Order: sequence, then structure tokens, then C-alpha cells
Amino acid sequence: MSTVTSHIIHKEAEVMPEVHYLNADHSLKSWLLTIDHKRIAILYMLTITVFFFVGGAMATLVRLELLTPAGDLLQSDSYNKAFTLHGVMMVFFFLVPSIPATLGNFLLPMMLGCKDLAFPRINLLSWYLFVIGGTFALYGMITGGLDTGWTFYTPFSTTYSNTNVITVGLGIFVAGFASILTGLNFIVTTHRMRAPGMTWMRMPLFVWSHYATSLIMILGTPVIAITMVLVVLERALHIGIFDPKLGGDPVLFQHMFWFYSHPAVYIMILPGMGVISEVIPAFSHKRIFGYKAVAFSSLAIAVFGFLVWAHHLFVAGISIYAALVFSFVSFLVAIPSAIKVFNWSATLYKGSIRFDTPMLYAFAFLGLFTIGGLTGLFLAALGIDVHVTDTYFVVAHFHYVMVGGMVVAYLCGIHFWWPKITGRIYPEFPARLAAILVFVGFNLTFFPQFILGYLGMPRRYHAYPEEFQVFNVLSSAGASVLAVAFLLPMIYLIWSLKYGKVAGPNPWQAYGLEWETSSPPPTHNFEHTPVVTTEAYSYGPKEGEVTLG
Amino acid sequence: MLQKYFPLWPDQASTVAGHVDALYIFLILMAIFFTVVIVAMVVTFSIKYRKGIHPIATQIEGSIALEVFWSVVPLGIAMVIFVWGAVLYFHLQRAPRQAMDVYVVGKQWMWKLQHPSGPREINQLHIPVHTPVRLTMISQDVIHSFYVPEFRTKQDVLPGRYTYTWFEATKTGTYHIFCAEYCGTKHSGMIGEVIVMEPVQYQIWLSGGSEGGNLASGGEKLFSSLGCITCHSGQSGARGPNLSGVYGQPQKLSTGATVVADDNYIRTSILNPQKDIVAGFGPIMPTFSGQVSEESLIQLVAYIKSLQAAPGQAPTAAGSPSRGTGTARGTPAGQNPGSRQ
Repeated sequence: MSTVTSHIIHKEAEVMPEVHYLNADHSLKSWLLTIDHKRIAILYMLTITVFFFVGGAMATLVRLELLTPAGDLLQSDSYNKAFTLHGVMMVFFFLVPSIPATLGNFLLPMMLGCKDLAFPRINLLSWYLFVIGGTFALYGMITGGLDTGWTFYTPFSTTYSNTNVITVGLGIFVAGFASILTGLNFIVTTHRMRAPGMTWMRMPLFVWSHYATSLIMILGTPVIAITMVLVVLERALHIGIFDPKLGGDPVLFQHMFWFYSHPAVYIMILPGMGVISEVIPAFSHKRIFGYKAVAFSSLAIAVFGFLVWAHHLFVAGISIYAALVFSFVSFLVAIPSAIKVFNWSATLYKGSIRFDTPMLYAFAFLGLFTIGGLTGLFLAALGIDVHVTDTYFVVAHFHYVMVGGMVVAYLCGIHFWWPKITGRIYPEFPARLAAILVFVGFNLTFFPQFILGYLGMPRRYHAYPEEFQVFNVLSSAGASVLAVAFLLPMIYLIWSLKYGKVAGPNPWQAYGLEWETSSPPPTHNFEHTPVVTTEAYSYGPKEGEVTLG
Repeated sequence: MLQKYFPLWPDQASTVAGHVDALYIFLILMAIFFTVVIVAMVVTFSIKYRKGIHPIATQIEGSIALEVFWSVVPLGIAMVIFVWGAVLYFHLQRAPRQAMDVYVVGKQWMWKLQHPSGPREINQLHIPVHTPVRLTMISQDVIHSFYVPEFRTKQDVLPGRYTYTWFEATKTGTYHIFCAEYCGTKHSGMIGEVIVMEPVQYQIWLSGGSEGGNLASGGEKLFSSLGCITCHSGQSGARGPNLSGVYGQPQKLSTGATVVADDNYIRTSILNPQKDIVAGFGPIMPTFSGQVSEESLIQLVAYIKSLQAAPGQAPTAAGSPSRGTGTARGTPAGQNPGSRQ
């Protein structure tokens, strides 16, 4: 490779450790019955990659259809199934498990200095539940499909849809338990398994954000599970819960659904924030600015995130006074996110900044998440929400957070810890190129959708009036760039497994327990249990506070 | 020019559109400000402190003062937006008292609209300019949402109960009605148009289009053909309560509770009479659930609404077409004072 990264200190060439978690046993059984958190992380990674590309293929169909105003590529029912499959796959089977189940699974025990999660077998069980749930959902999607949208609004889903609501609903129900078990494992591990000297205030912020995520997982997921069961009961047995014709209340479903699904967007973003909190200090070679503020803002997001669900219902016929309260709390929940963004930016101040691929992704995250977060304020403002809710403005907003935030953070983390996971370094040039393409393609895809939304184009439209075409063409053009940008890493990351430069334990000179063991790590992570004597991000001696002004 | 080829917002065709856009522009400026601050920090620090010219980082722990500063300032700005947005929302949700009524029934995948004075329309709504219009809406199947981008108003249309929205058009023209809540196969085909006309034109249109009498008189016919009149005769000793003057008034229930007899209350009392029994009467009314369409229910509600208090007399239909319009009692749109949920 000619693109040797400049920052790697050239002592003798690094060598792979002889025995590590990947080559300790090669049998299929050793993978399928593994209780090693690192191997389970890899199993999760492969599974969610499959789901990501299924969801991505559906997004491609949607964007192709929307190139022209008429519904000409797909029939209406097929289009509705395509965006539903896209949403269900991406939300429940990619975004929710993405960082926690892969990087979280892999890194949380190592960052805390322990050999594994507290319940290794439950960890394996969670992967199996996830696969069973995903198979159910995928099976339901293929045999007849689902046309309710990922939101399953009643009474459409319970009475009127002629598609596989029950199969997919049960798939989501089962996969929910995978999420609950992962959250449970993380919480117990964080409380009980920290290495000697690893106090709460010495934990990496990645761990803090996963702790907050886990709280939401174990408190919120049961509610979506119950809601799904109620949908199945009403559909199969006509028990009146949501359909007014059976004596139910359709808005009740929305309350229950969003009671999970709004906090769930924090399940989908907090772990990403954890990745950014590791990468920015590493590539600035500097301790994070405002450790406690960043740590506690994660908890604040987890708590306030549970109190804002009805901001999805401002035009659904709720009391205007309820709307007032939910709008107010929605503004409050923006503040902890703002605090994080300011602290990350301030971390760069007087750093020693390198621009390797993970840092490029981190910068992309800062920009895109900032826009995603700020447009959230538009939607929290009651008078604006009436106009833009259920339009492309909302679609653009949550893609800025979910893709611009979480997917970018996922790619950021995958590149950052790739040397740790595989023992090899990916090629830098195509990786930087892909990062830039993600940023450009993403903005081209989703920025026009803000304008489309304010112009009034409703979401989930198979055909649309001609005046909306220009922005839809821009968006579809951006999506093709984005598709290439997402395929590129697949190629060079797989290539690097064999041909990548051997990384050594700590190719980035990053600070953290996971960098103190070999790459790839041994099955038990550390040769000896580490003893922690310093704070996280101790990149150098402290030099006091900066003062305001 | 810019607005023609590269429009950033739809036509402003209602009294509230300009107010909504004003807040929108404020929000855009706010978003640009914060984005520029963040980008400026990232770019400046990246140039100034890149490894090549700043090889040793200065380790800084943080700053309480800065944390407070960048928490309190955004919070202050957020509160300004909150109040501004809330004031706007209250305005959007409360119809003026003198608003003209139109009734909307949504179904997969069309809009059915009824004017109190008679005309019915499908996927078209003719209204006069500079007149507040209040929509009373219900769905006969799944949830829909009535959305006119040029008016900046949107309201979900639910099965099982009435929701309300209102607008006052300020420009004549034709504007899209979109269904904004996903409702199945032809969701994107559930498009109609609002045709805003000069009042004179509107009167001409009204007189040309009415074939079947007004809403209230239709309701009166149903009131006798369904047999309602046998119990709700209005005479003393009748088996059902006298309905004259009931609309909009608080009703004492046999449970001791009080509810306001609004549209939703009357509709529920027809479909599910056992739910709220008026004090002093027995639970003897049969349900009409499944027998009366949403359109007929709207006619019955309009009829009951048209009955003026006249103690001791049998209710008579309000014959004059003007009775149906202009008698909205200021029920806030989107809000149900008598709702018991």
C-alpha cells in the first residue's frame, strides 16, 4: 500500500499476535455457540449489514420511483410495501442494534477492563432472538409484504391492511427482547464488572452513552412489545382496543407507539454520540472538553426523552394544553444535545488535530447532527409543526439525525476500531473518499427534502404534483451518490482483512483500555486484569481551565 | 423570480400563512447562526491546531462558565421559539365564532364535503375569500389528515370522533388538499382542491349547485324516518329528553357528571346511547351503530344544532338556509370541550 498514514510511528513493522479471539477456534460451532462478546459483536455486525442492504435496496426503489411525478415504476401497493420494508428494516433491524450490539458489545467490556459482559450466554441468546425476529419480519415482508409504514398506525394496521401485519409484528416483538437483554447486560456489566480503579468518573463517554441507551432499552422496549401484541390481538381476535368500530381509540395506539419510538430515536443516537466522544479526543490528542457535562447530558437525554412522545401527535386531535406541555419538554430535550455539540467542538481548541477517516466522519457527524437537531426545534414549535408534520420536512429531519448522525457515527466507529477488531488497517485513500462521498451524497439527498416539506409535499406519496419534481430529482441524484458511498467501505474493508497493513495494539496512539491489549485482542481481552489509575482521555497533563471571554 | 423557479415556501393564501412563515424565517436564521458557529469552530480549530503546526495539544479540562453559557443561551432562544410557536398554535386551533361551517367526511381515498346550505362536493371545496371557514371532520375508515399547504393548516381526520380545523383564505385561486396521514393504497391519490372565490361568485356557485335541501332539513327527515321523534318529541313526559336548545349546553348525566352537548356528544349518543344517560331518563334508547352513515350523522347533528330552545313545544325544523350557517358556538377547532377521554 502506498497510502501509508503519516502518523503511524515507524518502529519495526507490527506483527499480528499468534493467538487471538478470531483464530482461537475456526469451527462453525465455535462461532454459533460462542459466548465471547467480541465474536457475538461480529455475528451482529454481519446480520445488521444484511438488513442494512435490504433496507437500502428498498430506499433505492423509493428514490427511483420519485424521480418522476407519476407513479410509473412501481404500483401503489408495491411502493407502499417498499417504503414500509425500508423503514422496518432500518429502524428495528439496523439502527436500534447498530452501534450497541456491534461496537458496544465489542468494546464495553474492554473499556471497563473486564473479560466479558456480565451474562455471556444471555448475550448469545439476544443474537439468536434478533435473528429469529429478523427472519420473521423478512419472511413476512417477502411473502405478501407489509404496507402499514414502520409506524403501524391503527385502525389501518389492525383492520384495513391486507398484508402480513401479524408476522412482522411478531418479528418486532421477538427482536425487542434482544434489545432488552443487551441493555440489561450492559447495565449490569457497567455496575458490577469495572476493573479495579475504574470509577464512574473515569469511564469513557462511550460507556456513559451506552449506559443511558441501555436504560431506554429496558424501560421502553417492553412498551412497544405490548403495543405490538395488542395490534396482533385486535387484528386476529377483533378485541376492540384501537379501532373505534370495535370500541377502541386509534389515538391510544399513537401514544403507546411513540412512548417507545420516541425514546428509541435516542437509542439510535446516544451510542453514536458515544463514538464521537471517543474519536474527537483521539484525533485531537486531547482530553474531552467538559467530561461531566457530556456524561450527564447522556443521562438527561435518556430521562427527558421519555417525556416528549406526544410531539408526534400535535395534529392528531390531542388537547391543545397537552400539546403545550409536550412542546415545552421537547425544547428542553434539545439542550443536552446542544451541550454535547459545543463540548465536542471545544475539544478541538488547542488540540493537535489529525484528519484520518474516523475524524472526517466525526466532522460530518457534527455538521449533520447539528442540522438534524436544529430542525428538530422547528418541529417542536407547535405553530410550525402543524404545517410541516407528515411532510418531507419530517423525513429530512429524522434522516439527518438517523443517517447523518447514527449511520455516520457507525461508520466512524467501524473505521476507528477496525484495527482493533481485525488487527489490520483499512486503506486510507478510498476510506477518506467514501467519507467525503457520504457527506456530499447525504446532503444532496436530504437537504432538498426540507424545502419539499415546507412546500407541502406529504410523506409516503407514491405519486406527487409536478411542482415538486425538481427537488425530488435532486434528492434521487444524491441518493445514488450515497449508495456508492455505502458500497465502497464494503469493498475496501473486506479487502483489508487480508491485505490491510498490520495495525499493532494502538495505531492511533489513542488513550483507553481497549488500546492497551493486542489487536485483535485475545479471547479474554487482557493478559492481566488492568488496574486503572488515571481518568479517561489522559492524553497529557491537565493545564487548568479556560476562562470565559 | 426566485420564488417562481426555486420556491422556498408555498403561496401565502390564508390569514395565518404569513405568521407561520415569519416564525419559519426566524427559525431558519437561528439554524444558520448555530450551524455557522459550529462550522466556524471546527474549521478554525482544524486549521489553527492541525498536527503539522501544533504538534503538542494543550490539555484543557473544561469550563463551568462556558457550560453554563452554552446551556442558558440556547435555552433562552428555545423558550422564545416555544412561546411564539404556542401562541401561533392556539390561534390555529381556535376557530372564530362567526366561522362558516363545512362538514368533511374522509374515506379511502376521497374527501366528501358538505355545505350546511345543501351542496355536496367530492374532492373539491368551494369557499368564499376573506371568510373564516370551520371544518368539522370525521373519517369513515382509517385516519386521514386534511392539509392545505397554502393555508398552513393540517388536522388529522379520525374515525369515531369529530376533529376541527379552520382557515380564512385571503387570495382567490385553487389550492391542493392533501391527505397527509398515510391511509393505504391510494394515499397519494387522495388529493382534492380548495377553490377560493370572490363572495359574489361563491353565492352564484351556491345557488347553482344545491339540489337536495340543506343539511338540517335532511336531518329533520332522518329524525322522523329513523323514529327518533317518537321519544324525543319534546313534549313533557316523553321518554327521551327534549333536544331543543340542547346543543352547546351542559347536560347533567345520571352519573352526576356534566358534559357539554357538542357534535361528538350528540354523535356518540346516537351510536352508543348507553354511554352517557341524561339524568332523569331510562337507558332505553337502542343503538343506531351501523345503521346511520357518517353523512347522515352529520345531518342529524346539524338538525339538532338548529333546534332553538322552545320549552313545551315539539321541535320544528329550521327551514331557512341561513340557520345552518353562522351558528357555530365557538367550539375551538381541534378541541372538544365535552370530550371525556
